Amino acid sequence: MTIERKEIEKLATLSRLAIDEKTITDVTGRLSSVLALVDQLQNADTESLQEVSRPFHISQRLRNDEVKETDQRDAFQAIAPQTHNGLFSVPKMIE
Amino acid sequence: MNWETVIGLEVHVQLATKTKIFSAASTAFGATPNSQACAIDLAMPGTLPVLNKQAVNYAIMFGLAIDAEICQESVFERKNYFYPDLPKGYQTTQLEKPIVGPGSVTIQLADGTEKSIRIHHAHLEEDAGKSTHEGDLPYGMSGVDLNRAGTPLIEIVSEPDMRSAEEAIAFAKKLHSIVTSINICDGEMSQGSMRFDVNVSVRPDGSSTLGTRTETKNLNSFKFMEEAIEREVERQIDLIEDGGTVAQETRLYNGDTKVAKSMRSKEEANDYRYFPCPDLLPVLVSDEAIDELRRSLPELPDARQKRFVSEYALSDYDSATIASDSNMSAFFETVVGDSNHAKLAANWVMGELSGSLNNAGLGFTESPVSAQQLAGMVARIADNSISGKMAKQVFEAMWLGEGTADEIIDAKGLKQVSDSGALEKIVVDVLAANAVMVEDFINSEESKRKKKLGGFMGQIMKASKGQANPQQVNQILLQKLNELL
Repeated sequence: MTIERKEIEKLATLSRLAIDEKTITDVTGRLSSVLALVDQLQNADTESLQEVSRPFHISQRLRNDEVKETDQRDAFQAIAPQTHNGLFSVPKMIE
Repeated sequence: MNWETVIGLEVHVQLATKTKIFSAASTAFGATPNSQACAIDLAMPGTLPVLNKQAVNYAIMFGLAIDAEICQESVFERKNYFYPDLPKGYQTTQLEKPIVGPGSVTIQLADGTEKSIRIHHAHLEEDAGKSTHEGDLPYGMSGVDLNRAGTPLIEIVSEPDMRSAEEAIAFAKKLHSIVTSINICDGEMSQGSMRFDVNVSVRPDGSSTLGTRTETKNLNSFKFMEEAIEREVERQIDLIEDGGTVAQETRLYNGDTKVAKSMRSKEEANDYRYFPCPDLLPVLVSDEAIDELRRSLPELPDARQKRFVSEYALSDYDSATIASDSNMSAFFETVVGDSNHAKLAANWVMGELSGSLNNAGLGFTESPVSAQQLAGMVARIADNSISGKMAKQVFEAMWLGEGTADEIIDAKGLKQVSDSGALEKIVVDVLAANAVMVEDFINSEESKRKKKLGGFMGQIMKASKGQANPQQVNQILLQKLNELL
């Protein structure tokens, strides 16, 4: 499997990365070789194997449903770039 | 051409936990902005999520309530999402291994038929905060309140099994009834505790392929949902019949203007780049834990409805109306327990009480008239102490806090006269005083006599100051008039 230049451009947009014209060819070549390695791995027979997304079979620890956090708004808002009437101010997101 | 509507629902249900899904901050509604957003909810560097046991249990309880498979090893994923109402930059949710697998919900339709709606799955996830774009804000800025960020949700995804707005509403109401009956959600739609995304498409009758669908998001009332579906179906059919095609897009319905607008097209769909959340291990659930939750599951609405029919001999309609609401059911059962009159209790709970609570914007748990008070009144109707009409007066007085039914009956002198000697005297007196009416009655054809009885009844009730027992009066009156014929 190879990767096309326009896919690199799309990924760069989604990842909010600026890649200049010169590097794009280089990145395309290098990512294609990574994908070639993935292709090679795909050939391994894993039919009889169980997926291991985590190294050990232990469960997530669960917490009891008790309120333990107190109101620390002032401390958090003191380090926020901008607040107004208790709300965090952010650049307007809609028209 | 005839068109078939195809509807699928995605339902967000806020779980009634005290704390967030991944932090120990409170989820109480209506708090001062950002006073319940802790370091984890704000995604401060170095924080890690700790999963709320109750949220997991509630999700499993929902799965058990809809007869679904429970995934004994479910996994959390990150869904990339870049808006300030979720400061982490992703939503922690489930995709590949959701905690609740396929199940089904049975809906009852107006024509009495039943239909099973399949549930594709239900997964656990966190809610986002709330953004404000209008009001007192610095120029060009939006305001963000992160109190809601991290509130536990289950998202319930149905199969596209519904064929009309009626079926979709019945399904939505059934889910509301289930989650409130098993106490995993407070069901407060106006506070956003349940939000519906509706996927709608149309196809020619008989076609087996699905048409292109649109998604109308964030409907938080059954009425808006019905309107949004009906308008969207109409829009799609008009569009196709005029030679156009439906674009796959997300739409927002405005309940005030009754207009839905396109929010974003789905051309670039599935760019969420899901991946397993490295901060959370899989959630393993044992058979024992599932069994324990199964045993703790309160009675479900369908079972309750059947029980009301068999135990109290209520009609299908009455039992379904009451059973769909767990608070109404509890209220009703207390009234029956204290008064022993199921039919009267059902009538008053569904009628006068429901209506008054609705008008006052109150729930059954906040009723000014307690179940014990209502039972006291029902008992007085049942033993003929008061008439239905008097009961309305008693009810109003109880609503205003004037005491128990017996106290009010005494204070207002409402006792119905059921002493047959006293009633007979009133009837005889009224007949004697209205000789012309009696003459007219005797000379009328038999078919017309029944109508004329009303005139006598009115006079008698007036003479008794409204306190005569109408059934008894009717009997005595008929007997006296028959004697004259």
